Amino acid sequence: MIDLLSQLAAWLTSSGQWAGPEGIAQRLLEHVQYSFLSTIVAALIALPIGLFIGHTGRGAFFAINISGFGRALPTVGVVTLVFLASGLSMTPVYVSLIALAIPVIVTNTYAGMIAIEADTKDAARGMGMTGLQSLWRVEIPLAAPLIMTGLRLAAVQVISTATIAAYVSFGGLGRYIFDGLAQRDLTQVLGGAVLVAGLAVTVDLILAGVNRVLFRHRLT
Amino acid sequence: MTIEWQWLSTHTDDLWALSLDHLSTAIPAVLLGLLIALPLAVVAHRIRPLRGVLLGLSNIMFTVPSLALFVILLPITGLTRTTAITGLTIYTLVVLLRNTVEGLDSVPAKVREASLAMGRGRVGTLLKVELPLALPVIMAGVRVASVMTISLVSVASYIGYGGIGQLFTDGFQRNFPTPVIAGVVLTLLLALAADALLVLVQWLCTPWIRKGARA
Amino acid sequence: MQNGKVVSMIRFDSVSKRFPNGTTAVDDLSVEFSEGGITVLVGSSGCGKTTTLRMINRLVDPTAGTITLGGRDVRDLPAARLRRGIGYVIQQAGLFPHRTVLDNIATVPTLLGWGRRKARARAAELLEVVGLPADAGKRYPNQLSGGQQQRVGVARALAADPPVLLMDEPFGAVDPVVRALLQDELIRLQAELRKTIVFVTHDIDEAVRLGDQIAIFRTGGHMVQCAPPAELLARPADDFVAGFLGSERGLKLLSLVTLAGVPYEPVGSVRSTATVKEARDAAAGRWLLVVSPDGGPAGWLDTGALEGLPGTSAVAGLALAPARGLRDSDSLLSALNETVSSPAGVAVRVDAAGVVTGVTGQDVLHARQRSLT
Repeated sequence: MIDLLSQLAAWLTSSGQWAGPEGIAQRLLEHVQYSFLSTIVAALIALPIGLFIGHTGRGAFFAINISGFGRALPTVGVVTLVFLASGLSMTPVYVSLIALAIPVIVTNTYAGMIAIEADTKDAARGMGMTGLQSLWRVEIPLAAPLIMTGLRLAAVQVISTATIAAYVSFGGLGRYIFDGLAQRDLTQVLGGAVLVAGLAVTVDLILAGVNRVLFRHRLT
Repeated sequence: MTIEWQWLSTHTDDLWALSLDHLSTAIPAVLLGLLIALPLAVVAHRIRPLRGVLLGLSNIMFTVPSLALFVILLPITGLTRTTAITGLTIYTLVVLLRNTVEGLDSVPAKVREASLAMGRGRVGTLLKVELPLALPVIMAGVRVASVMTISLVSVASYIGYGGIGQLFTDGFQRNFPTPVIAGVVLTLLLALAADALLVLVQWLCTPWIRKGARA
Repeated sequence: MQNGKVVSMIRFDSVSKRFPNGTTAVDDLSVEFSEGGITVLVGSSGCGKTTTLRMINRLVDPTAGTITLGGRDVRDLPAARLRRGIGYVIQQAGLFPHRTVLDNIATVPTLLGWGRRKARARAAELLEVVGLPADAGKRYPNQLSGGQQQRVGVARALAADPPVLLMDEPFGAVDPVVRALLQDELIRLQAELRKTIVFVTHDIDEAVRLGDQIAIFRTGGHMVQCAPPAELLARPADDFVAGFLGSERGLKLLSLVTLAGVPYEPVGSVRSTATVKEARDAAAGRWLLVVSPDGGPAGWLDTGALEGLPGTSAVAGLALAPARGLRDSDSLLSALNETVSSPAGVAVRVDAAGVVTGVTGQDVLHARQRSLT
C-alpha cells in the first residue's frame, strides 16, 4: 500500500508525465472541456424546463421523478447504445453526460422555485407584476441558490463520469484509468482516479465559494 | 437500430439470471452502506466538528470514478463479488450518511427533550424516538442509494460482477444493440421496482404520517 | 418518596448557572417552592426562569449550589430515575409524533416497567381526567388540535402520578380562548390532585390566575420577588416588579382579594310573594331589595313605581332591576362592579347557601381596598 502511494506520488510529480499531447495537462484540459460543454448544454435544456414547471406548477410529477430516472439510467449502457447507433464520435459521450446532468438541474431548479413562499408570489402579483416579471424579478432570484446547487451537483457528477470518453477511445483523464486497466498498471489507474476526484472536488469548492459570495446576504 | 425480438425470446433465462446476479451485488451493498452509515451518522449528528469531516470525506469518495474505485480495490479484495459490493457501498455512504444526519437533525428539539425529561436515557431516546422520527428522511436516502446502486452495478462487469452490465459489454463487442437496449430497460425496471418496494415499506413503517392529515 | 406522605418541597440553595459562553442564566438563587401548590416563575425571555425549571429535573445542571426535592439532593439519583418521578409539560406539548396518543401518555409507566396492559389502562383513564374523548387515544398527535395536544401533554405528565409537575409555558402556543379553558382545567385538576407544580410563563395574567406563589425574574437570572399574588400586587418589591405587573395592578389585586371578612349591614327587603302595601311599608329609600322564596336576591324594586297601585296587588310581576348575590369567595372587584352597576349603589351579600345576609356599600369596599397596600 505504502509502496503504491509512493509510486503514485512519483507518477503524479514526474515532469514528463505532465507535458506533451499525452500529458496530464492535456488530458485535464480535455476532461474540463467535455465536462464544461456537457454541463452548459444540460443547463440550457434543463433550466427552462425547471423554471417552467416551478412557475406554472404543471408537470410537478415529472420534475420530482426525473431525477430518479436520471439516477437509474446506467451510463455505460447509454454510452454503448449511442455508440452503436451513431458510430465512433464524441456524440455518445456528450449524450450520456448531458442525460446525466439534466435531471439533477431540473429537480433542483424546481425545488428552488416551489420553496418560494406563496405570500411572496402573491405580493409580486399584487404589486402589478405580470407572470414573466414575477418570474424574472422575484422567483428566479429567490430560487437562485438552489438552482446553483443543482448546477454544482450536476458538474461534479459529470466530471467524475466524463472518464467514459476514454471508453469510446477519446481523451480526458479517463485515459489513464482505461489504459492502466489494459496495461495492468495500477499506479496509472490510481493516478487517473486521484486526478478526476481532485478536479471534481476543486470545481465543487469553487462553485460552493461562488454560491457563498453571490448569496452571502441570504439566510439560507 | 432495431431490436431483435428473437434474441430476447431465446434469452429470457439469461436475462432473469443476470437480474438476480445484479441484485445480489446491489442489495448487500445498500444494506452494508446502511449498517455503516447509521452509527457514523449518529456520531456526526452528536459531534459537530466530525460532521464536516465525515460528510466531506464521503463527498470526496463519491467523486472517484466508479471503475477506478473497483480497480483500486482489486489488490485488496481480488476478483470477487466483495470488491464490487465494497465499491458500491462506498458510493451509497454519500447519500445515506447525509440523509441520516439530516433526518436526525429534523427531529424537533422539544420532542427529544421531552423524551429525556420523562426519564428515557440517551440510547433509548435515540432508538425509540429519534431514529423512528428520522425514518422518512433516512428512507428517502435509502431509495436514492438503491436506485443509484442498481444503476452502478453495471460498471463492475470489468471485474466480472456487473450483472446486467454484461449485456452492455456483450453488445459493444458484437456491435449488436439488442442486449444493450434490454440491459438499459432491465436496469430501469429493477430500479423502479426497488423504489416502489421501498415506498411501500416506508408507508407501512410510518403510520403516523399516513394518518397525519388532520381529521 | 412514597410511604404515605408525599414529600415534594423543592428548595434552591445559592444556585447559579453560568453557560460556557459566559452568560449567567441564574444568579445565586435561594428559594423554596411550596409543597402541593402552584409556583409560577415569570419574567421576560432570557431571565433564567426556564433554566431554573430545567435544573429541577436536571435537563440543566447548576454550576453552583444545590437543589433538593423533598429534602434530597436531585443529584443523588441517576438523572433518568429522577425524571421518571417528575412530570414535565412543555409548549406545543413535545408529543412523540410517531406514537399514538395512548402510547404517548403511557410513556413513563412503560419506562417504569408497569406492563403494557396496566400502562394503557392508566392512559385511557387519564384521557378522561384531562377531558379528552376516549377515541382520541387511538389517534396520532397531529390529528388533534393544539388545545387537545396540550391536554395530552398534561395527561402524559400525570401518567405515573408524580408528586411534582414542571410546566414550561405549556399553554403558550394556543389561542387565548383555549388557553383560558386549559387554565380552568388545570385549576380544577389541581384542586383534586394537589401536586407540587412549578409553572413557567411570561404572561403575568396567567401567573396571577394560576399561582399560589409567584416568583418574578429579571434579566441576568435574578429573582426579584417571590410572594403570593395578592401580596405581590399589593406590595411590589421595586419599580421593576411594579412595571412588570402592569398599569392595571390595582384591578388585578381587587380581582384576587375576596370579600371574606368585609363587613355588611342589614338591608330592608320584601319577599317576592309580598303585596304592594307590604313593600311600601318596608321601603326605606327609592330602591327595595326583593328576595325570592329560596332566600336569594330576586332584584331591586323601584318604589316610585308603586305609586298609584292598589295596596293589595302583588309585587310579583313588577319590573325589577337585576341584583347579583355575592359570596365571601367572590372578589372585591366583582363587589365594586356590582355597586356601580346596581341602581341601589350597594353590593348584595349572600351566605354559602345563597341566602341574602345584607349589603355592602362602596365606602366599606374602598376601606378594604386601602387596607391592602
